Amino acid sequence: MLLKMDALETDSWDGFVGGKWQKEVEVRDFIQRNYTPYEGDDSFLAGPTQDTKDLWQMVLDLSKKEREAGGVLDMDTKVVSTLTSHQAGYLDKSKEKIVGFQTDKPFKRGMNVYGGIRMAMKACEDNGYKVDPEIVEFFTTHRKTHNAGVFDVYDDEIRRCRTNHIITGLPDAYGRGRIIGDYRRVALYGIDFLIEDKKIQKESFGTVYTDDVIRGKEEIAEQIRALQELKKMASFYGIDISKPAKNVQEAIQFLYFGYLGAVKEQNGAAMSLGRTSTFLDIYAERDLKNGTFTEEQIQEFVDHFVMKLRCVKFARTPEYNSIFAGDPVWVTESLGGMGVDGRTLVTKMSFRYLNTLDNLGTAPEPNLTVLWSTRLPINWKQYCAKMSIKSSSIQYENDDLMRPVHGDDYGIACCVSSMRIGKDMQFFGARANLAKCLLYAINGGVDECTGVQVAPKYRPITSEYLDYDEVMEKFDDMMEWLAKVYVSALNIIHYMHDKYAYERIQMALHDRDVKRYFATGLAGLSVVADSLSAIKYAKVKCIRNEQGIVTSYETEGDFPKYGNNDDRVDKIAASLVSTFMHKLRKHHVYRNGFPTMSILTITSNVTYGKNTGDTPCGRKHGEPFAPGANPMHRRDTHGAIASLSSVAKLPYMDSQDGISNTFSIIPGALGKEDQVFAGDLDVDLKL
Amino acid sequence: MEGLIHSIETFGTVDGPGTRYVVFVKGCPMRCKYCHNPDTWEAVGATKMTPDEILKDYEGYKEFYKKGGLTVTGGEPLVQIDFLIELFEKAKEKGIHTCLDTSGIMFRRNNPELLAKYERLMKVTDLIMLDIKHIDPKEHLELTKQPCDNIFDFLKFLDEQEKEIWIRHVVVPGITLVPEYLKRLGTFLAHFRHIKALDVLPYHDMGKTKYEQMGIDYVLKDTPPATKAQAIEARTTIIDAMREERKKMQMEHDLD
Repeated sequence: MLLKMDALETDSWDGFVGGKWQKEVEVRDFIQRNYTPYEGDDSFLAGPTQDTKDLWQMVLDLSKKEREAGGVLDMDTKVVSTLTSHQAGYLDKSKEKIVGFQTDKPFKRGMNVYGGIRMAMKACEDNGYKVDPEIVEFFTTHRKTHNAGVFDVYDDEIRRCRTNHIITGLPDAYGRGRIIGDYRRVALYGIDFLIEDKKIQKESFGTVYTDDVIRGKEEIAEQIRALQELKKMASFYGIDISKPAKNVQEAIQFLYFGYLGAVKEQNGAAMSLGRTSTFLDIYAERDLKNGTFTEEQIQEFVDHFVMKLRCVKFARTPEYNSIFAGDPVWVTESLGGMGVDGRTLVTKMSFRYLNTLDNLGTAPEPNLTVLWSTRLPINWKQYCAKMSIKSSSIQYENDDLMRPVHGDDYGIACCVSSMRIGKDMQFFGARANLAKCLLYAINGGVDECTGVQVAPKYRPITSEYLDYDEVMEKFDDMMEWLAKVYVSALNIIHYMHDKYAYERIQMALHDRDVKRYFATGLAGLSVVADSLSAIKYAKVKCIRNEQGIVTSYETEGDFPKYGNNDDRVDKIAASLVSTFMHKLRKHHVYRNGFPTMSILTITSNVTYGKNTGDTPCGRKHGEPFAPGANPMHRRDTHGAIASLSSVAKLPYMDSQDGISNTFSIIPGALGKEDQVFAGDLDVDLKL
Repeated sequence: MEGLIHSIETFGTVDGPGTRYVVFVKGCPMRCKYCHNPDTWEAVGATKMTPDEILKDYEGYKEFYKKGGLTVTGGEPLVQIDFLIELFEKAKEKGIHTCLDTSGIMFRRNNPELLAKYERLMKVTDLIMLDIKHIDPKEHLELTKQPCDNIFDFLKFLDEQEKEIWIRHVVVPGITLVPEYLKRLGTFLAHFRHIKALDVLPYHDMGKTKYEQMGIDYVLKDTPPATKAQAIEARTTIIDAMREERKKMQMEHDLD
């Protein structure tokens, strides 16, 4: 077999600047050679067409019906969701310019069982449905699931950690998600070329059959099968995706089919889209130039695409929804940013994506994420600001921080996890509750809420007042223990997920040798930082119950609080991050993963609060944690910039999976509205 | 010397142009009924900070203030005029845009020593935001527990100093949100050529809880907040009156 494939013979690439990308799967090279940076303003944008308005109204009506039905309109209970499990589904075929639903009709949720049959059953039952008994029997007796595999191996200690909520949200019963397929590849190359490429990859493993080689070959065989199925799935809609897309409508459609395959196969904790807008803009520019489509038509394709992304739905349990606050899919799309060559990656398509917030109205999905750089074009910055104020729906991430690590073709999975598209993947690892870890250090491993001996019986603190050095010493030991048990649980989880719920289509849209981020997470950073600051700078008295467990604290005197740009406490926070990451790195991780950590609980901070007892910072049992790396509510008293400055001190290289800060501000506090206030009085006076 | 500081706001967006570092000082002789910072009235419990400490802190954030600067508000900043002179002189040395938000209540033209201080301060102040509480002297006394003559004289002084002035005026239903008073205010303001902006703020009662916490009676508890629309309308009324007066002044000038 030839090592290099020949360039594809296709007229779909006419007008594109050729290069390496024609001979090998290299989307970034295609983008760099062909995209047109856009530094103009938003005046070119088109509004919604009548078809767009009609279709969106249908979606709104269905959403209303779904709410009235208690959250779910319809669920499949008989057919396990696969790429080819369902025939085509439409809202109104005559009006849809971009097509495809997860099942044979909109708002009907598919059944994903490979993550765990019990979770699938519960998701149905909690919503008033029942999984076909034959399916249950099959996936209980004949075909094992991820969840069953994990619990075969979990030991008592890991189980205790789960039930006592020191490690929470582990993807051991549901899809781990956080993997972004390079869906652009479907559009640029067509399936046949990708299959040929995969065949060469499979061959390239050689014939020395070590465990890794066997697994590698089997996985690629699965990937090839998934690509073939994707082609079949598209054919249900009368569309052939075997060859490259010819125009922007096809490019969007093909790309969307790639994504649709992923959300049919996986009910993952975050099913993100990647970084697609600048790629698609190349097709749009060519079509505009050739007169193939008008601006209004192109916007219509984008609107219909985004509409489809907003209709992605999964069958989930109320417990799942309480951890993640709602029913999020995390269809994150990364927009803009700067290229490593200094050109901006903002294109007209970046504007068109944000314009959907006007054309369809505001919505949390897709999670439009602007990669922010100080060097972005001013018109783009202004448009982002305008749309943020209008919609409160835009997320921002620091491109200047991530570009040096990942280059300029990375995207965000979920809310903060960055990875190079098609080249990196991630093993999602939920979070460890560091606040509880501190309480375990004080109580010798006994849970303050349940009284259970969760961690080993380390010596508890017995003094009435907490001594900083003593607490730190014990806390260090407890973090060491937590890091080990946490990594162990994740190793088991990802082993089983690969074995029983492998992401075939998403990994088919990756290179052969991917970098695997082994992501962990930390919750309660500001609670711990403030608690340690209280112990260090104020006097903290322990209140013990009859069993001698410290269940409450009395804090005398004031202490520096994280969020005020005060180094005395900010340094404690930064050092906690580095310390815990350092401990995580000591352990063996599955498949030579690269350990990272996020400081991120955008949605589950309330749940964490419920399950964590009083903390020395003055927080009471049940009070929510701050989200992500945020300072605790109302403890940052010096304004937003001071608060953000504290967060900015956290070391990125020790929390490379992302640091999140939730920023809420009323529009009025962002400055004067020009109607009430104008700087130039002479103009108003018109003298 | 040390200033008596109530708090620092690092993300000030409504107290002058751009994003600003806002210093709230403690201590104010006015007792405006609608004041939403009653916790700045008395100087007790203040944090003491020197101008150097403040400017060092400012430096840490200066990236954010490229189009903004430093604003001192309160409380009444001019109670601590010596501190203010030192702060602004040092800020100007660093090229920082300085803005003073004041009621003007401390101004006394007949005290030469004090007047010299004001002149010195004006040399290092880029922008003055002057709050006119009420145009009617009697009503002013009723609303703020202080007379207005020195305030109006301060405006005259600023105009003579050729300082950029922004006027702020809070419209309170039944107190200042009265067409007659708004017109009188416009007529009066027309005479000062260095007024560059007019900021009409609708009265809000968000300070109420602070009064409750501090155990002070909130006099305006039955007064409804003003709407944004009312504020816009009030501003138009003031500006119409200003325009009218300016025209009259022009005609008189032409006749001369």
